Parts: sequence; structure tokens; C-alpha cells
Amino acid sequence: MGLEIAFWILAAVTIISAMAVVWLRNIFRAALSLILCFLGVAGIFVTLSADFLAAIQILIYVGAVAILIILAIMLTREVEKGSLSNKLKIPVLITTVLFLGVAIYAVFNTSWSVVTLPPQESITNAIANELFGRDGFVLVVEISAIMLLAAIIGAVTLMREE
Amino acid sequence: MEVGLDHYLILSTIIFSIGLYGALSKRSAVVILMSIEIMLAAVTITMVAFSRYIVPTELTGHIFTIFIIVVAAAEAAVGLAIIMAIYRRRENIDASKIDLLKW
Repeated sequence: MGLEIAFWILAAVTIISAMAVVWLRNIFRAALSLILCFLGVAGIFVTLSADFLAAIQILIYVGAVAILIILAIMLTREVEKGSLSNKLKIPVLITTVLFLGVAIYAVFNTSWSVVTLPPQESITNAIANELFGRDGFVLVVEISAIMLLAAIIGAVTLMREE
Repeated sequence: MEVGLDHYLILSTIIFSIGLYGALSKRSAVVILMSIEIMLAAVTITMVAFSRYIVPTELTGHIFTIFIIVVAAAEAAVGLAIIMAIYRRRENIDASKIDLLKW
């Protein structure tokens, strides 16, 4: 019962704050509601018993990405201009609503083969085994480390004064 | 009412649509990047929900989500660096005015 209540509250918070990101004219407030949206997503991970991912979500998104976005807003003069829409606002709205309708229709009309098993006890251990164990994803972890290094070097090169 | 897979899928569809609307209809490049982050968060909800309800003994969705988060962090860093480089040159990050490659 508590899980249902938590799910509905977190879903409402996440959807409303995601709409606030799109609707608010003040970009700084939009960035702050983006943080609230990420926190709501982390809570939804907890209701799915993915506690490790919830911690990762808070650490990386709220701690790093949101701060980076707020820093970019402060360094560019975007707050004075506000978040404006382009000429395609109405066609984009129609397309998005159409996409939403088709996707919800597809979700309701697919017979998912749901397995009613309780969630695993210690998700973090299982993720570590899956990532680093035999037939795991060690190579992908190494590749993503190289990709992060390349991203850091690329960002520094782009930002450097010439 | 029991919360099942359908609820999570519809929730993530709604969040994805909000992010899609923002990414396609906004002028400021920073807001477009924020909308893309919302879309990625919606996709991760879908992955974890499938992992929880379809294959609860394996953790494929969790692994996917970890790599999505890694790529999203790198993308945010490089994207914001590109935005700052454009701002330094043009004093403006209006995505509809950056149209040098448009014909």
C-alpha cells in the first residue's frame, strides 16, 4: 500500500516538475525544477527497488549535471532573455500529443509477459557480479572510461581561449 | 490499486513526451539540453521497469541504465562546452539563429 502511495506522489512530482522545465519563462527556475525532476526519478528508482541506481542518479544528475547546467546559465546571459519558443510551437505540440497517444495505445495493447517474482535482496552485489564477473561487461566499462576521458579533453579544448 | 509495469511505462512515456516537446520547440540551447536530459531520464525509467517486471532475476536494465547515465554525463559536459564556445563567439545561443549549415 505504501508503495502505491509513494509511486503516485513521485509520479505527480516528476511530471509537474518536468512540465515546469518546459513552461517556466525564467531559465534559472527551470533549471531548479530540473533538479526536482531528477530527484523524482531517483525516488521512482527506489520504488522499483533499484537503490544503487537511485544513489547514482542523485550523485551524477543532481550533483554534477544540474550544477553544470546552472553554471552554463550563469555564464551566458540567458536569464535576461528568458526561455522563448520558436515558430514551430503549435505543430510540435500536435506531434508530441500524437506520439503520446500512439505510445500509450501501444503500451495498453501489448501483452507483456510479466513475471511476478519479488525483487532481489542485494541489488548492488548482483550489479557488481553482472558488470565485472565472468561474461560480464568489463570491456564496456573500460570503453566508457576512455569515453569520459575523451569528453573531458574535448570540453577543455572547446572552452580554452585561443 | 496495484502499481504494475503499465503504470511505469505510461509515466515514462509522458515524461519523454514533455522532454520531446521542449527539445523541439525551444530557442535557447541550454533549455534544449535540459529537455534532452529529461528524455534520457524517461528512458532509464523504462529500462529499470522492464528489468524489474520482465526479468527480475537478471539485471540487464540496470546495466543499460548505468551506461546511459555515463553517456549522458559526457554528453552534458561536451554539449555545454560547445554552447559556451558559441556564446563566446556570437554573444547569443539562440538555436534558430545558429544556421550556418542550413540551406
